[in-house]
Amino acid sequence: MTRHDSTAPRFTVLESSVAPLPFDHVDTDQIIPAQFLKTTVREGLGRGLFDSWRGQTHGGEPFVLDDPRFESAQILVAGENFGCGSSREHAPWALLDYGFRAVVSTRFADIFRSNALRNGLLTVQVPGSVQEGLMSRAFESPGALVRIDLERQVLTTPWGEEVEFEVDAFARRCLLEGLDPMGYLLAHQPQIEEWEAANPQPFDTRECGAA
Amino acid sequence: MGYPVTSNGTGQPQTLFEKIWRRHEVVAPEEPGLPSILYVDLHLVHEVTSPQAFAELEQRSLSVRRPGRTLATMDHSTPTDPEVGWERLRVLDPAAAGQLDQLVESCWRHGVPLLALGDSRRGIVHVVGPELGATQPGSVIVCGDSHTSTHGAFGALAFGIGTTEVGHVLATQCLLQRKPKTMEVHVRGSLADGVGAKDLILGIIAAIGVDGGTGHVIEYTGETVRSLDMEGRMTVCNMSIEAGARAGMISPDDVTLSYLRDRPFVPTGSEWTRAEADWRSLATDDGASFDRRVELEASSLEPMITWGVHPGTAVPVSGRIPQLEDVATPQRPNFEKALRYMGFQAGEELRGRQVDVVFVGSCTNSRLSDLETAAQVMEGRRVAPGVRMLVVPGSQQVKAAAEAEGLDQVFLAAGAEWREAGCSMCLAMNDDRLRPGQLAVSTSNRNFEGRQGPGGRTLLASPLTAAAAAVAGHVTDPRELM
Repeated sequence: MTRHDSTAPRFTVLESSVAPLPFDHVDTDQIIPAQFLKTTVREGLGRGLFDSWRGQTHGGEPFVLDDPRFESAQILVAGENFGCGSSREHAPWALLDYGFRAVVSTRFADIFRSNALRNGLLTVQVPGSVQEGLMSRAFESPGALVRIDLERQVLTTPWGEEVEFEVDAFARRCLLEGLDPMGYLLAHQPQIEEWEAANPQPFDTRECGAA
Repeated sequence: MGYPVTSNGTGQPQTLFEKIWRRHEVVAPEEPGLPSILYVDLHLVHEVTSPQAFAELEQRSLSVRRPGRTLATMDHSTPTDPEVGWERLRVLDPAAAGQLDQLVESCWRHGVPLLALGDSRRGIVHVVGPELGATQPGSVIVCGDSHTSTHGAFGALAFGIGTTEVGHVLATQCLLQRKPKTMEVHVRGSLADGVGAKDLILGIIAAIGVDGGTGHVIEYTGETVRSLDMEGRMTVCNMSIEAGARAGMISPDDVTLSYLRDRPFVPTGSEWTRAEADWRSLATDDGASFDRRVELEASSLEPMITWGVHPGTAVPVSGRIPQLEDVATPQRPNFEKALRYMGFQAGEELRGRQVDVVFVGSCTNSRLSDLETAAQVMEGRRVAPGVRMLVVPGSQQVKAAAEAEGLDQVFLAAGAEWREAGCSMCLAMNDDRLRPGQLAVSTSNRNFEGRQGPGGRTLLASPLTAAAAAVAGHVTDPRELM
């Protein structure tokens, strides 16, 4: 019942080029369409990432994942409300499997952010001016490096600006120290038992006669 | 068995959310920045978001802590074609069948009750919970599905979680949660004829925005909300997530209690009396404050329909798509991208546009009253030539109740397809899907690109508006058929 797990997802510092995805309200159905959800494992979903946008052009430009200029980017910069819609954790699994380690946006949907952080995909919320700057710099000079330092909670832009960002304090500890949320919950078993003793279970789902 | 009648002891007016949170906080944040540990009363499970969670339990040699607080069903990828049973599914869609097999095995191994294919109570997870009376006021209810917000209609705190969290709840019956903010959406005025709960929630999302509720739990209040029956309230709470909210809820009242009475998991006799008193005490106190408050007037609301690729794009069915100059400059690339996908022009009317498919179903609108509303339109009429209409009940119990009323015969006589219960064309994980380019009027909850099938285009609307479109063959104001 360890609270620290050597296999837990980690994140410290990431330095990478950026892939720009200049759309708002990118929903998890776009990130990983429903036809890929029939899997029973977490691995291998990268092949379905943005499946319906792959091979298409947008305003004359190839879709960002088809553009060789952004091939090695590990940071995705997206529009506001990234990850809205379905709670499918397959979305961060697909982004990670494809090779992304962080997503930068002005605002994330709640469930996506929680799912991403649990898997070590860092969500970095920045002001609109920074997001726009990162987006246009990525188009102008693909390969320009962005540095994300979770310990200091600072993103360094290609033009050398240091931007502080907020991140859930518990998620930060999990990623920096390898703290395991399941282990953390299991360590609180006495308190859970105490709660259960004080709050009797009103009904039992097994009494509905389901198989 | 017990329903403790408790007071919060603070004397301060509290919201419904605050009362439920306080009651379920097993451990308050031990230091600033740490989350609370929140107890989960009811964990609903389905085939798509649970396999990796059960696998995690196996890996760590953990068992399900409270199988009796867990209820599993099959809904997302199940066939709705009555001709396709389990055996044919193995041939037609081995991946879907494999997922179902895995759920059977996991539930069997851990003693979790499962409403499997063939069970007369099986159905969409958010239809089944309320129907069985498992969804009760004051509970914390979670499921690996964002439309878990539906259950908030009963005065429960209900929200969707990811698969890692499904594992946490299976193993510990608890979740690590940071306390969300609260938001009151207060709606005044009575709904006009032909305007229902779906139009109301589409109107609310259009008003507050597709991310207007992010970080918040919404409580819907006001006379308009009070006047809705439980099925209407579920439709409203269901789509809270489409406004970005973690959850949506409505304080329990007489409507809630009379719906619950005599349902299988609801207590009887003196236990009912105690439960009733407790549930009534949960309603938000007069004078309780929310972090945010929005007021809306519903009397001028019209039947609504979406034109774009997110649920915040509803306009009155008799209205027009916005003009480019009405859209804020930074939003114009999104606006133009949505129009390109939908094949629409700025400023265009939706009325009169030919439709290919009409879908009545999903956890938003597949309950008996939804089917009754659609059937009233279809009675004595025909589905227009060239239109395919799919009617998919939310559960096998809804299906049986509809058949007892003869609704199936109304739909079949009109030329619609009458299916087995499931999520079906809402997310097109099974064979019920749009072909590229097809335009659907759908009673579901998401009009995202390709949601109902790659390349498919979705207009979200009420069961009334959807049925009217099926009969007319094009988008039409349903009030013209009333």
